[in-house]
Amino acid sequence: MTATLTKTAAPPAAATVARKRRARRRGRTVALLFVLPALLLLGALVVYPVLFSVGRSFFDASGTRFVGGDNYTEMFRDPATLKAVRNTAIWVVVAPTLLTGLGLILAVLVEKIRWATAFKLLLFMPMAVSFLAAGIIFRLAYDEDPDKGVLNAAAVGVHDAFQDTASYPTARARDGEGLTRGADGSYRTGTSVSPGDTVALGLVGVAPKELPAGAEPAYPAAARTAGPDELRGVVYLDFTPGGGGKQGVVDRRESGLPKMEVEAVRDGKTVASTTTAADGSFRFPGLETGPYTVTLPGSNFAQPYDGVSWLGPALVTPPIIGAYLWIWTGFAMVLIGAGLSTLPRDSLEAARMDGANEWQVFRRITVPLLAPVLTVVFVTLVINVMKVFDLVYIIAPGPVQEDATVLATQMWLVSFGGGNDQGLGSALGVLLLLLVIPAMVFNVRRFRGSQR
Amino acid sequence: MMRRRTTLLSGCTALVLALGATACGGGDPVSAGGGDKALGGQTVTVAGVWSGAEQKNFQKVLDAFAEKTGAKTQFVSTGDNVSTVVGSKIEGGNAPDVVMVPQVGVLQQFAGNGWLKPLSSTTQKAVAANYAPVWKDYGSVKGTLYGLYFKAAHKSTVWYSPAALEQAGVHPPKTYDEMLKAGRTVSDSGLAAFSVAGQDGWTLTDWFENVYLSQAGPEKYDALAAHELKWTDQSVVDALTTLGKLFQDKQLLAGGQKGALNTDFPGSVEKVFGPEPEAGMVYEGDFVAGVAKDQFGRKIGEDADFFAFPPVGGGEAPVVSGGDAAVVLKDGKNSKAGMALLEYLATPEAAAVWAGTGGFLSPNKKLDLASYGVDVTRTTAKSLITAGDSVRFDMSDQAPAAFGGTKGAGEWKILQDFLRDPSDPKATAAQLETAAAKAYKG
Repeated sequence: MTATLTKTAAPPAAATVARKRRARRRGRTVALLFVLPALLLLGALVVYPVLFSVGRSFFDASGTRFVGGDNYTEMFRDPATLKAVRNTAIWVVVAPTLLTGLGLILAVLVEKIRWATAFKLLLFMPMAVSFLAAGIIFRLAYDEDPDKGVLNAAAVGVHDAFQDTASYPTARARDGEGLTRGADGSYRTGTSVSPGDTVALGLVGVAPKELPAGAEPAYPAAARTAGPDELRGVVYLDFTPGGGGKQGVVDRRESGLPKMEVEAVRDGKTVASTTTAADGSFRFPGLETGPYTVTLPGSNFAQPYDGVSWLGPALVTPPIIGAYLWIWTGFAMVLIGAGLSTLPRDSLEAARMDGANEWQVFRRITVPLLAPVLTVVFVTLVINVMKVFDLVYIIAPGPVQEDATVLATQMWLVSFGGGNDQGLGSALGVLLLLLVIPAMVFNVRRFRGSQR
Repeated sequence: MMRRRTTLLSGCTALVLALGATACGGGDPVSAGGGDKALGGQTVTVAGVWSGAEQKNFQKVLDAFAEKTGAKTQFVSTGDNVSTVVGSKIEGGNAPDVVMVPQVGVLQQFAGNGWLKPLSSTTQKAVAANYAPVWKDYGSVKGTLYGLYFKAAHKSTVWYSPAALEQAGVHPPKTYDEMLKAGRTVSDSGLAAFSVAGQDGWTLTDWFENVYLSQAGPEKYDALAAHELKWTDQSVVDALTTLGKLFQDKQLLAGGQKGALNTDFPGSVEKVFGPEPEAGMVYEGDFVAGVAKDQFGRKIGEDADFFAFPPVGGGEAPVVSGGDAAVVLKDGKNSKAGMALLEYLATPEAAAVWAGTGGFLSPNKKLDLASYGVDVTRTTAKSLITAGDSVRFDMSDQAPAAFGGTKGAGEWKILQDFLRDPSDPKATAAQLETAAAKAYKG
């Protein structure tokens, strides 16, 4: 700008032009001298490694043989890499969108409450936790065992509050001893029984300490005979502690299974139902003659609800994104909040005066005015999400590591974590670079735009 | 094997320690001559993966050596990645004299790089006289003996809770089929039969190796370990089918397949020996005893016992093993004194020092079994020695890390998938072959 000013002011003499040119050249040399250290550093730390990686990606694992584009074709043939690309795409789309949205909502809401600073501080706190520590925390929180994972403990707690647990989830019948298993988990006698019969239904798989208190041996009850119009029987644990019992026979020390639901079924219709006594005995009095089936309904054996398989192969990525949100929400909120505080209050006030409600103010005024900030936050997060590594590596358990993998973890695994193929790893690195570049260019453009 | 778990943290700290520690250790050139205190004034630096109790116990062995020879000793813990740490130390001109190498593959790599000194004739004679030839083979590369196996692990032990088996009225089984049958009886009694640590892939490779060694025999085992035999071979499919009999039976696995995949190694021991037992038996190496004793206060031999992994079909009972071999580096400053240390380590006397403190098995035949402090350890040691030449090294430890030692990839991952759905052994074998072909090629 100063140059243009002097140009118009001074007369265009040949001598002054030469002097000016020399001055400009000197200025350029000085400028170059100032920039040189930065250029050297950039060259050594950024440009050289990038070029080296690009070069390395054309060589094989040992780094001695030129293989051309083989690493790149290999990369896209490997199902693990394809999965990594897919997961990274999910990450890039979902995480920044959710974070920007959450940050915006929280920033707007926080502006309106009294303890705003305290609240912001609280939400910002997870930023102080390292990814490694956060990963370990969430790995525990998501654990599938309700005794360890707090999320599943809550899920099971809620579920059990609404639904009773079955009394014998582990019980089952041995094969080929009179009881057949239905599709709904029930057990029924295979042969038709008729009034006057006594049946003994043996189950196994119940640990002695899991028997309800007050359970009594079933032997005496099994010996009783039924009257002509009644159907009698006993449900018992066909296992003598310490072994030695005879299978399919009620031995003296074998316990009855109390509080078991039993149904008498005729022609597919339940005609009578009862529950067993302390010694496992049951009785259906006053039955008409004819063939019956004795059924132990599936509700006796329903498996306990054991929560959601958070880190199973199907679901693993969303929970990890959840952990990421926990860390970064505060960051998005604070950044957007800063943008919000610089908004011109008068336009908001004007809109309110014109009768716009809060939602309309938010939709039509706040969001459009905040758009530049939102974009910066979004793009920064996109770049950040591309390189997510620690959370994925730590939270995903071994068996599902491959289902959770993203480009950054894949790159590390292939080059150092066992694969030892730094050629392929470099190719993955180059792919990651190519994906990040558009976001970088966009951000740089924006910076330039805002400077002008 | 247990040490793999603590890779991240211990690896880092050990690296820092290692870098700082060996700065000292120079000395005069070794003067020839034997006799007591001949090595006075010299410092032998030993690097190994051991830390904690193992390091402490090994230090006792080193102290005994120092007592005898007058040499000073220094142990440096490398963390998991021995080859990287030792490699960088050699490049930095700061090589340790002796390295305790935990894997056959690493020993071969070191020898291939020309880093190792062949063992002295004294040690060679001791190895020939006191060790089963198989240990000599695992310590040799291309016919030259470089490694002396000082410490061994026995990975063919099934640990059980005597109370659980008594409750079910079964006795330790003698064959694989009997084991499954006993398992079903245990499960009838209301306790799951086996606790399988499916979350840690290496426990599954150990399961497979035992079944394979017994069913297919040592020759095929060696061929498969060297990848001369393809994983698509019928013997692999058969072994997977045998293993699948156990894996697909929900009654036999604590928590079913899903529960097993969510159990890590310490968790699997807890399920049998913890305060609330969920299963009667857990298979893994002799180090299960350590966890059961230290973490859950079980008295080994009374509250926790083992039976040998039973033979499959008509095969022999498998003895899968692992071990740490001592090697001498060419670049060590006091490598002659290091060689003297190896001569000492080859004696039963040295093994007896650690055997007395526990957590140690020696492949040395001459070691008096009475030196072991605990009865159960004595039984494992006896089984290892009597197995003699049929001992085989852990196959996954012989394989390239990409195949046999990477979380979430290769054999670990494929066997985990197999545990999740054991219905198609043939497809699993094909996947294993694809992964192996890729890893062995590199």
